[in-house]
Amino acid sequence: MYDVAIIGGGVVGGMLARELSRYQLSVVILEKEYDVAMGASKANSGIVHGGFDAKPDTLKARLNVRGCEMMPTVAAELGVPYRNNGSLVVAQDEESLAAVRELYQRGVENGVPAITVLDEAALRELAPAVKGIAALYAPSAGIVCPYTLTVAAIGNAMDNGVELRRGFGVDRIEKTTDGYVLYAAEDTVETRYVVNAAGVHADDIARLVRDDYFRITPRAGEYILLDKEAGCVVEQTVFGAPSKMGKGILVSPTTHGNLLLGPTATDIENKEDTATTYEGLQKVIGGANRMVEGVPVGKAITSFCGLRSTPDRYDFIIEPSPSNPHFLHLAGIESPGLSSSPAIAEYAVELLGQMGLALTKKTDFNPIRERVDAFRHLSDEEKNEIIRKDSRYGRIVCRCEQVTEGEIVAAIHRNPGATDTDGIKRRTRGGMGRCQGGFCQPVVAEILARELGIPLQQVTKSGGSSYLLTDKTK
Amino acid sequence: MKQVDLVIIGGGPAGMAAAVAARENGLEDILIIERDNALGGILRQCIHNGFGLHRFGEELTGPEYAARYETEVEALGIPYLLNTIVTAITPDRVVTAMNSEDGVFSVQAKAIVLAMGCRERSRGALNIPGNRPAGVYSAGAAQKFVNMKGYLPGRKVVILGSGDIGLIMARRMTLEGAEVQAVCEVMPYSGGLQRNIQQCLKDFDIPLYLSHTVTEIHGKERVTGVTVSKVDEQRRPVAGSEMYFACNTLLLSVGLIPENELTKGADIPLDPITGGALVDESRQTATEGIFACGNVLHVHDLVDYVSEEAALAGKAAADYVLAGAAGDSPRRVIAAGAVRYTVPQTIRRTDKDVTVYFRVGSPCTAATVRVTCGDVELLKKKKPKMAPGEMESVTLKADKLIACSGDITVSVEV
Repeated sequence: MYDVAIIGGGVVGGMLARELSRYQLSVVILEKEYDVAMGASKANSGIVHGGFDAKPDTLKARLNVRGCEMMPTVAAELGVPYRNNGSLVVAQDEESLAAVRELYQRGVENGVPAITVLDEAALRELAPAVKGIAALYAPSAGIVCPYTLTVAAIGNAMDNGVELRRGFGVDRIEKTTDGYVLYAAEDTVETRYVVNAAGVHADDIARLVRDDYFRITPRAGEYILLDKEAGCVVEQTVFGAPSKMGKGILVSPTTHGNLLLGPTATDIENKEDTATTYEGLQKVIGGANRMVEGVPVGKAITSFCGLRSTPDRYDFIIEPSPSNPHFLHLAGIESPGLSSSPAIAEYAVELLGQMGLALTKKTDFNPIRERVDAFRHLSDEEKNEIIRKDSRYGRIVCRCEQVTEGEIVAAIHRNPGATDTDGIKRRTRGGMGRCQGGFCQPVVAEILARELGIPLQQVTKSGGSSYLLTDKTK
Repeated sequence: MKQVDLVIIGGGPAGMAAAVAARENGLEDILIIERDNALGGILRQCIHNGFGLHRFGEELTGPEYAARYETEVEALGIPYLLNTIVTAITPDRVVTAMNSEDGVFSVQAKAIVLAMGCRERSRGALNIPGNRPAGVYSAGAAQKFVNMKGYLPGRKVVILGSGDIGLIMARRMTLEGAEVQAVCEVMPYSGGLQRNIQQCLKDFDIPLYLSHTVTEIHGKERVTGVTVSKVDEQRRPVAGSEMYFACNTLLLSVGLIPENELTKGADIPLDPITGGALVDESRQTATEGIFACGNVLHVHDLVDYVSEEAALAGKAAADYVLAGAAGDSPRRVIAAGAVRYTVPQTIRRTDKDVTVYFRVGSPCTAATVRVTCGDVELLKKKKPKMAPGEMESVTLKADKLIACSGDITVSVEV
């Protein structure tokens, strides 16, 4: 019997698991996929928003500002790349200038620090490539690598005693006298408390306990990622003025030095449909070009699509189930969900406490997780010291991102271990570079087979039946 | 810091040929640095034949061709490091590398030959819409799985791009029992060698769809099919022309990109068309003492020409170390008409014949190749047929080069 079962191994579930691992509790994360960070957490803009966008006196406004304030410390503790690069919302005509002025007012009300409206000259000075007549500048905004953050939060939670069950797709929930039994295809979990952090599926999970009062619509966002050579076109995250479908196409550097363009915003029906479209990718290119001069769209290295969990109300749905005791919903966490995630976790723990969960701090909680992709950032002397101890760090497997065999092996064996080539990619960046695994995928597959003790033919790209190889040759 | 006269980065066909030529021209102190676990480069996985017709007058497989040079490197006692990756070079020729035994180390070289080869353009560079399942491979990655690891990436295959590796893999997969349903090429012509179209597609009845591209990839976990559409002259998909192919594998052979990250790191100027360094006739880059050859300089059609070019670079590097910088201020070689690029892009010395390699931008028939210098015509020859997939060359005679001054223009008129 667990104290808390968290349904969903995304950034919200992961951050909460880590927060709960500070206390004397038994906690399990139930993830339906074969790895963590498989939903919106792996495919979003990676922006830590300043907090000017949300309407005042909403959870979004409060948790965004608080999350933005917490993120640098959380990222540092978890060894996750974070950069405080600031953000710009660009006005290109009088109409969007009015929208920018409104955002400024909201920002002031929400308590966003040091926010200003730049005129054309000041904008040109700060960001010469941006095309606009004015812009809202939020210096507190930043960027963070969202899947590294999720993997690291869950890894740190696991190091502090949290369990992770993968491939555990909750399909039935039974109320018992002192809690719940959660059923998956071939497994069950008993728990006193349940937290629903199931992303786009949060309404489906809620319906399993007859909470049928909210709906989550998957809103597809397509992105194009450009080569690191393009990373320096802009320094700040550049947004267009917002519309009711979201914040529009943005152009932003990533923490790894690439340039990210996107997202589109299309409401869809199928919660598993993360296919990109011709029209969507054209829209991304068009939107980026409208806002920023000289975006080298020809330097694309990959494109992808993520599904935002759009609720049927303006705000995040963070509340105890009205009809089920010890059941907490963390639903509808669309943007600024990533930015808010540390604050959502903090708030969720507070709510769980109010719901009766006994919160006694551990004395041995360790908030620190060492950075995984740190090797290439070390000095030559530091590298040599590591190579002397473990010669696998002297062998580069992914030449584009300079990832060593040592890092790949570590990513397989440290919490939460990678079990497929995409998992290696998200944890080490191996295969994430400009050749997209053309050279290293065969080698990464061999390392996975060796370390996991499985035949090469059992190695997958992304779990399930995503096998890389189908047969032996004649 | 360790001092070496000549460091050669890459132990593939270019690197080995450069090393052999440098030694044959009197240079003793040479070091080849190779990132893989053996010399030979990409030839090691090219087990088909057709290599060496020009260089050795016989048809060899890739590994056989590589072995000829490897034997020479061994016989000449040229030192090489394996499993060692160069992480940076500087304009003053400090080479930083890393391996498991020595860790990170730096070498001061008197000359460097860049011979890092090229990489394949990936799916991402094309923005092909759809899902991102397993089963999408570059043709080279598939070739490595099949020829070196003994595994088949899939049984029902569509190939996008008719570059040579794609054509070779169409045949290879067929011989391994896979069903290659189509090769699609976005251009109205193939970028591969004519002989490969015949021997790899036509001989196996594999259809080639010109002016077609993959417009959607289907399948959540593993590829289940692809949508192929006709494209217009601007290479935009034509609505209504979609064809669906059920398959579990998509191979991409959509272009090769010289791998010049080290070159860029050393601020060596590149040619935006070739993606390789700008070089003179000795294959010296604009940075003194740093030379480039093989597919890192420009993508070659035949390895025989790689060897030839690398020998030039290797000899020039040896001359540079032994005799110092030579040559006059460079004259530009300008590509005109249907000529897309030339290598070299400059000519310094005019005391010997210079062969200029070039490719045309689109197929042409009944073409005239003309080389001029101001009003002086240096050369004129007729070519009945030229294609972007095949490298062309003209040899400019030393006496004619001396007799004129200024930029040299290579043009193809149809």
